[in-house]
Amino acid sequence: MVRYSEFGAHHPLRDWFAQRITAAVMALYSVTFLITLLVVPPVNYSLWHQIFLPPWMKFATLLFFVSLYLHAWIGMRNICMDYVKHRRTKQVLYALIIGVLVAYAVWTVQILWEQ
Amino acid sequence: MLANPEMARRPKYLNLLRIRLPLPGVISIMHRVSGAVLFIALPLLLYWFQQSLTSLVTFDVLKAVFSHWLVKIIVLGLLWGYFHHLCAGLRHLALDLHFGTGLTAARQSSVIALIAGMVLTLIAAVLLW
Repeated sequence: MVRYSEFGAHHPLRDWFAQRITAAVMALYSVTFLITLLVVPPVNYSLWHQIFLPPWMKFATLLFFVSLYLHAWIGMRNICMDYVKHRRTKQVLYALIIGVLVAYAVWTVQILWEQ
Repeated sequence: MLANPEMARRPKYLNLLRIRLPLPGVISIMHRVSGAVLFIALPLLLYWFQQSLTSLVTFDVLKAVFSHWLVKIIVLGLLWGYFHHLCAGLRHLALDLHFGTGLTAARQSSVIALIAGMVLTLIAAVLLW
């Protein structure tokens, strides 16, 4: 039995749905991005750099990464719920996972806007 | 919990070494493992992404790093993880929408997902090097 009373898993249906929406966003971005790479292979810095210059591309890429972090949180939490039995350990792991993902989100904004 | 005494007598073991998974089950656990590996690789991937965009110098340094065989193997492994996760994930989305939920169809789609992930990785490998 999975207990939903522990923090982070109050809305199983909402999480189930979020996992699929973020997956669809990432799949769409990935396919579009891979086609772009095939059409205009970024063989040097200038070509690669230019891909991420337009503001809409920065936002699209940020949307991809934010979806990735949400998706990773739900996925990693599910893994913890299945394999980590000790309640305290599980909560520490949850906090660590959320902490690094928030840090990655800040880092992503830096990478995209400070180039 | 178990209304049927027949169900209570069924062997129940979750020992990973004793379970013989059918192919859809193998695809499913690979989906989970690849997801966890990609999560662990995130800081490295973000660092590489940053290096690729910071300047011409860091871009060229990264290019040199990527020409090392060991780095190539790591990148290919992560690419396989990504493509497998993508293909198996698309299969799960189809199953959620009630496409291919029959036993035969589910087995076939798991083979397709496994092969598609490998083929995409192979294509990426050829294009990259």
